[in-house]
Amino acid sequence: MRFLKNIRIVLSLLFFIPIFLFFIDFSGIVPLHLHALLMFQWIPALLSLNMVIIGILLILSLLFGRIYCSTLCPLGVLQDILSWKSRLFRKRKKKLRFHHSKPLNVLRYSILATTVLLFVFGSSFLVIQLDPYSIFGRMASQLFQPLVILANNGLASIVNGMGNYSLYQVEQNSFVPVAFGISLFFFILVGIMSWFRGRLFCNTICPVGSTLGLLSKVSFFHISIQESSCTHCGLCEKSCKSECIDSKAMKVDDSRCVSCFNCISSCKNGSVKYNIRFKPKAEIPSQTPSNNSRRTFLITSGAVISTLALAETKKLTGKKDNILSRKPVMPPGAGNLEHFNTHCTGCQLCVTKCPMDVLKPAALQYGISGIMQPHLEFSTEVFCTYDCNICSTVCPTQALNHLTMDDKKLIQIGVAQFRKDMCVVFTDETDCGACSEHCPTQAVHMIDYKNGLTIPEVTEDICIGCGACESICPVKPYKAIYIEGNVTQITAKKPKEAKVFDKVIDDFGF
Amino acid sequence: MKRRDFFKTATVAGLATFLKPEDALSAGLSSSKAPAVKTDMVAVMGGEPEEMLLVALKEMGGIGKFVKKGQKVVIKPNIGWDRKPELAANTNPDLIAALVKQCKIAGASQIIVFDHTCHDWKKSYTNSGIEAAVLKAGGKMVPGNDESYYAEVDLPHGVNLKKTKIHKSLLECDVWFNVPILKHHGGAKNTISMKNLMGIVWDRGFFHRNDLHQCIADTATFYKKPALNIVDAYRIMKSNGPQGKSEADVVTLKSLIMSPDYVAVDTAAMKMFSQVQPTDIKDVRYIDLAEKLKVGTQNLEKLNVKKIKL
Repeated sequence: MRFLKNIRIVLSLLFFIPIFLFFIDFSGIVPLHLHALLMFQWIPALLSLNMVIIGILLILSLLFGRIYCSTLCPLGVLQDILSWKSRLFRKRKKKLRFHHSKPLNVLRYSILATTVLLFVFGSSFLVIQLDPYSIFGRMASQLFQPLVILANNGLASIVNGMGNYSLYQVEQNSFVPVAFGISLFFFILVGIMSWFRGRLFCNTICPVGSTLGLLSKVSFFHISIQESSCTHCGLCEKSCKSECIDSKAMKVDDSRCVSCFNCISSCKNGSVKYNIRFKPKAEIPSQTPSNNSRRTFLITSGAVISTLALAETKKLTGKKDNILSRKPVMPPGAGNLEHFNTHCTGCQLCVTKCPMDVLKPAALQYGISGIMQPHLEFSTEVFCTYDCNICSTVCPTQALNHLTMDDKKLIQIGVAQFRKDMCVVFTDETDCGACSEHCPTQAVHMIDYKNGLTIPEVTEDICIGCGACESICPVKPYKAIYIEGNVTQITAKKPKEAKVFDKVIDDFGF
Repeated sequence: MKRRDFFKTATVAGLATFLKPEDALSAGLSSSKAPAVKTDMVAVMGGEPEEMLLVALKEMGGIGKFVKKGQKVVIKPNIGWDRKPELAANTNPDLIAALVKQCKIAGASQIIVFDHTCHDWKKSYTNSGIEAAVLKAGGKMVPGNDESYYAEVDLPHGVNLKKTKIHKSLLECDVWFNVPILKHHGGAKNTISMKNLMGIVWDRGFFHRNDLHQCIADTATFYKKPALNIVDAYRIMKSNGPQGKSEADVVTLKSLIMSPDYVAVDTAAMKMFSQVQPTDIKDVRYIDLAEKLKVGTQNLEKLNVKKIKL
């Protein structure tokens, strides 16, 4: 049965490597349809109520246990890689080193219960912060991608200097202090835990891991130790990154086993088996602990309900008349604020894929629950491209519903607000028109002002809120034109076409 | 000195005789067939972009007059927008390809094409059709999307813009061509050769904050003038510029205007444009302002202008 571990490693890399590359790619080289790989993530599938995927994942879990954790979850695989790499820094390199430990049931089921209950009561704060896939996405977008860009820019400046432009400079646009801080925190937390204790994070903090642990207690196949041939050598225990094998008692805690099959490969005499649980001859092993944890689960969830009132979060509200307290601009396809806030896990995939880097993880724009959910942040020549629907295409949770290119060009995500008294045409009496120049629908257009000057005017019903006008407005620090986000995205009217010029010109005119 | 020379020849040129555009398609390198009197401006109408370019270049004395063997050439089209060629938001790719080919024939060692785009530069380079056309013709596309590609230069004759960062490839080249497209423009009224210079600078926000027209005129005082301004008026954008909404904004004039004089070429182009969309040239203030800075002349009467219909 030793082949099982190899299959697991190959499968996990088949998922991990493309997903990793997809996240760190800043140039669009990695094909966009790789986003299909992300369908098989538990939380995105649940939030988008993708019954087919949920069904597949459920069947897989009930058959094989937590193989999601060991092959599909990019954070899980990242931990395996860290844990594996950590051996290079240890004195006795190849020594196996895990020891059986007791499950931290109160902690893990408290976290799970709090996450579920908060979500039921309308706050996706913990779902967003603890979804392992999204934690990985945030690390990739906030920590790994900037490093890749840094390396690219270093190389680019060398080859550019030699007259080669196959590499080019890329702006580091992704830094958002809150998002960076949270990503770094989780990287350090997950890093330390996996470095020293293998899959401790998955078995203590990750709510997906805890849920799948409950399922894997009844999975069709599971790891068991054949008592007749076991020599209690302890190799399986030492190789178990979940620390769930008690080699003395010959017991495996199924709820923490991630089906990595390391134990099978480590056993010298083939006593560790991956077997059908309900074989007539099989003993009934872990009934007692299962009862225990169920009890703990119920107790903790009860305790959590009482503290919910405290945890209930509020959306930030503010004055409406100021650019600083404007409503956040959601990515196209978000539908409405409630749908978006409850479906987006803040995985940052759209953020890393946005060719204009206009999508940024929110700090408190959506309230505490929405930290990390993307919003549009306009800066010089950074706005939502008219001919682009990438974010709505790659979103794995349907927080952004897929928009066709034609639909995208009409989705109004916000409306331009023009403040004439700040406009340079008004204050300096000089021509500008940068906003109108950049407006793809000419919702912002120039009308006669005085002395041959023209000044902007906004036709709101054809404005789609792309923010090109705001991005290019030269007025500092607060723009004379800015986008107020729509709470509910609507379809804008189609811009009218110009009158066709049908006369024939056959003179130079001079 | 150069300017004086220019006016001197311009006056003489007024008396010049008209030269037939024979052998139009083989503009070639030989300047032996070049007119005895210097031509200040050529306007061609009724041909395909490459055809018109060759005719005009021949009138100007052949490409060999501008590009010598082994020289580094830069071509600066308008590639500001992520738009296909039919929408006339960017310079015609066929024209750029033809010019690259001519430079190649003249023996240029390197032909670089770039623009500081308004839209995503990669999408603009691709969807304008210019990248493919340039690469096919043997030129090289260079990005203009990062400040590190620019270096500061002084503009001692500038009024509002005293110094600015200009793309290094332009600073390092031996000769360059300014190849704008003729368009309506919401902010500057019209965009032609001088407005196209906003694509060689890094900080355009400064322009909009400090009198757009004056800053455009100031940029035209940059010491390194293009060998030629080649205005693409094959398709022009008559309304909703500079980006355009649809093909309804486009008028096909099948024309091309060429001159080393920024002001003259913009003046001529405005007159052509006004036949489609009447516009008071005084409202395109940078033309007046540039003339005041002695960048060139609006008085086409004083120039030796060749007009050729194909």
